Amino acid sequence: MTLSKLPKMNIVVVGHVDHGKSTLIGRLLADTHSLPQGKLEQVKAECRRHAKPFEYAFLLDALKDEQAQGITIDTARCFFKSKKRQYIIIDAPGHIEFLKNMISGAARAEAALLVIDAGEGIQENSRRHGYLLSMLGIRQVAICVNKMDLVEYRQEAFDKIEKEYRKFLKEIELTPKVFLPIAAREGENIINRPARMKWFQGPSLLEILDSFEKAPSPQDKPFRMPVQGIYKFTESGDTRRIFAGRVESGAVSVGDKVIFLPSNKRSTLKSIEGFNAPARKKISAGYSAGVTLTEQIYINRGDILCKEGEPLPHVSSLMKVKVFWLGKKPMAMGKEYKLKSGTSAVPVRLKEIKRVLDASALTKLNKKIVERNDVAEVVLESSRPVAFDLSSELETTSRFVIVDEYDISGGGIIAEVVKDEQSPVREQISIRDQMWDFSVIDPEQRALRYGHQSKLILLTGSVGMDKKTIAKELEKILFETGIKTYFLPMGNLLRGLDAHVESHRASRREHIHHLGEIAHLFLDAGIIVVATASNLTDEELRELQEVTERDSIVIANVGKNNFHGPIVALDLSEKENPVKNARKIVGFLKEKKVLL
Amino acid sequence: MTHLEKLESQSVYILREAYSHFKNLAMLWSIGKDSTVLLWLARKAFFGHVPFPLVHIDTSFKIPEMIQFRDKLALEWNLNMVYGSNTQALQEKRTFPAGALTRLECCKTLKTDALVNTLSGKWPRYRLDHQTGAYVLDENKEPYTGVIVGVRADEEGSRSKERYFSPRDKQSDWAVGDQPPEFWNQFKTDFAPGTHIRIHPLLDWTELDIWEYIAAENIPVIPLYFDQGKGERYRSLGCYPCTFPVKSTAQNVQEIIEELKTGKFKDIAERSGRAQDKEDSGGLETLRRSGYM
Repeated sequence: MTLSKLPKMNIVVVGHVDHGKSTLIGRLLADTHSLPQGKLEQVKAECRRHAKPFEYAFLLDALKDEQAQGITIDTARCFFKSKKRQYIIIDAPGHIEFLKNMISGAARAEAALLVIDAGEGIQENSRRHGYLLSMLGIRQVAICVNKMDLVEYRQEAFDKIEKEYRKFLKEIELTPKVFLPIAAREGENIINRPARMKWFQGPSLLEILDSFEKAPSPQDKPFRMPVQGIYKFTESGDTRRIFAGRVESGAVSVGDKVIFLPSNKRSTLKSIEGFNAPARKKISAGYSAGVTLTEQIYINRGDILCKEGEPLPHVSSLMKVKVFWLGKKPMAMGKEYKLKSGTSAVPVRLKEIKRVLDASALTKLNKKIVERNDVAEVVLESSRPVAFDLSSELETTSRFVIVDEYDISGGGIIAEVVKDEQSPVREQISIRDQMWDFSVIDPEQRALRYGHQSKLILLTGSVGMDKKTIAKELEKILFETGIKTYFLPMGNLLRGLDAHVESHRASRREHIHHLGEIAHLFLDAGIIVVATASNLTDEELRELQEVTERDSIVIANVGKNNFHGPIVALDLSEKENPVKNARKIVGFLKEKKVLL
Repeated sequence: MTHLEKLESQSVYILREAYSHFKNLAMLWSIGKDSTVLLWLARKAFFGHVPFPLVHIDTSFKIPEMIQFRDKLALEWNLNMVYGSNTQALQEKRTFPAGALTRLECCKTLKTDALVNTLSGKWPRYRLDHQTGAYVLDENKEPYTGVIVGVRADEEGSRSKERYFSPRDKQSDWAVGDQPPEFWNQFKTDFAPGTHIRIHPLLDWTELDIWEYIAAENIPVIPLYFDQGKGERYRSLGCYPCTFPVKSTAQNVQEIIEELKTGKFKDIAERSGRAQDKEDSGGLETLRRSGYM
């Protein structure tokens, strides 16, 4: 089927199974003459051949699987047009089994029709789908009370459903555009005003569809570009270092000061790159872009590129979210999942279940797990900080999915930031970096001159494990190969810079912070620092990561590893010869291309 | 943003996501207009480069201009070009043109079987040597775990059920009834060993979008799509024994666009010139589940 130049709109049709979604769509296709030539006659002929009555829903049931099961299993995409525009109409399945398909379809929609059977009334999925539409951020919803022919087109039947469903929608904060009485099978109130429901003043379904508006592009919101990749195609003779991603909101121009979060690195936009496209000085929401920067900073995929001076995303490892769960296995406490938000992916755990809602009834369930098709409010804890917006501020960057093993098993929106233990440190570091007076020599130049990147090699492990001998051997090997390196045991710090700080348990945190700040200076100077500290905890390590930079620390643990999660880069045995252990670290640095 | 700009942006986003997640990524290039647009979009996504191999399945019955066109662009655009084929079936003359198989069986043998075994690395792959311009045996035998394909949802019934990232099991089978969820541009990028993912960046494009984009970007396409004065042209390209030209006097991209919008092809399916589609009403879907493009 070919389409004209009319504007397009994605529409989803949802509702309980057998409430007539496919019939409604079949009607729209047929009555607006949007079917391919001969299709209607072909399906009618097939029905005659099999001696079964023709139904408009058959027009959509093209697939063998579907016909075998007698239910729509997936979000078939079909096109249909009015005088005003063309609609890509998505037939979402109503069967509970296929909630994942309903969400896949509905998430792409700009508007929704929710179908309720006038005879059967509001059913489980009428409510569930309503709730999901609200969570998916679909604001333009028309409620179609279908099969009015089954209730003799009586207004009371319609009014009763409208009253009851409006009450439910109010609870979930969804305001529908309109309630419409229709009879899809009979073609009542589809493209024309109803002949048999004179009590209804209109509009018709087609008029309603045409009254929906395109969602405004989030151009006037703060700039967000999640980084998809950092490209350098040197083998093909291209020396550009391009940060690629799609602008999800806002706009940015050449010369703007930018910041990457959560890594908190800053630079200035040097150019906007493209292929077979005119040169641009500005890019805005919707475009897949590529930019180069004036300073050569190291960041990874997953960071969000933002603009300084605008409201920035939140950064935390704790967040309060609303989730819907689609996984075959329930979402359980303690289990590790993967949180994918924008282009970032981090390990995450369920920290607390605030409440589980049975979406169909909106009652609060007292559950310790989130099961398939449940909707819940929970607190998630990620193993490293994530940058995100709240759903009330910026929709796109507040959304996430959760991967269980190989499968996307849930999705949701971030409703609130929960401050984690590192939040105050992060704030201080953010101000430090913002005010920092940078040297004109950038880190890449230093690395090229010195023949290595700067790194903090942190040897840790329990008291009694000999870390210092390994550290000294490592410093020696590195020094002898011309590397700029320095041995920094925690003890020296305590007797020097921190001599005035009382040495008791409470000031341990301060010592750690100082170690981080000193290492930060050495790193900025391009040096490989070999530090030792005993009994480091997870939280202390997180603090060091905040104060320096996540990627600039290599943790080598001697003896038993007491950390939770995969933070340790190298596990060293205390029984091994210290020189061999030191060589092992050198090998690691070569492998990771720290030594160029 | 215009309609074409939106389509382009989404396809580029998908291509970059694929590139970030799959170490062994390949793009299927049938030399037709759709996969040539796909190739162009890859150059858009990666700023003039194509950082993964392009795989072509050569049935030996392709219209000869297609192979010439393939190698010309591969050299010009510095493409990592790879082809595979079912050499055994060809040697044993187990084909439709030799009278041994039906059209559909022939598609399965020369396309599906060749594709599955070329992707898995079981059968030899041949790589274009840019120094000599000749094809040499490719030493890389690793299976491709991500395969980018230029299918569109509007082409054919079964295709409207696809996802952008669609998993295939060890036998390359497509579980059409059990597709993973896909929303908010989060795709299925985690997969069990032995399985692979098909990636479909053109899913939202229509035939008309393709031609309008070709016009807007001035993308080279094979001249078989245009009437060369005989009053006929190909609307869809395949093997010459099973692909027939349609009556049309469209001689350039603009005329094709006009013809699609207002002319006689307005309501006629694109693949009407592909004979294998007509043998069995569910034929394409059956083939598709086993990996046919």
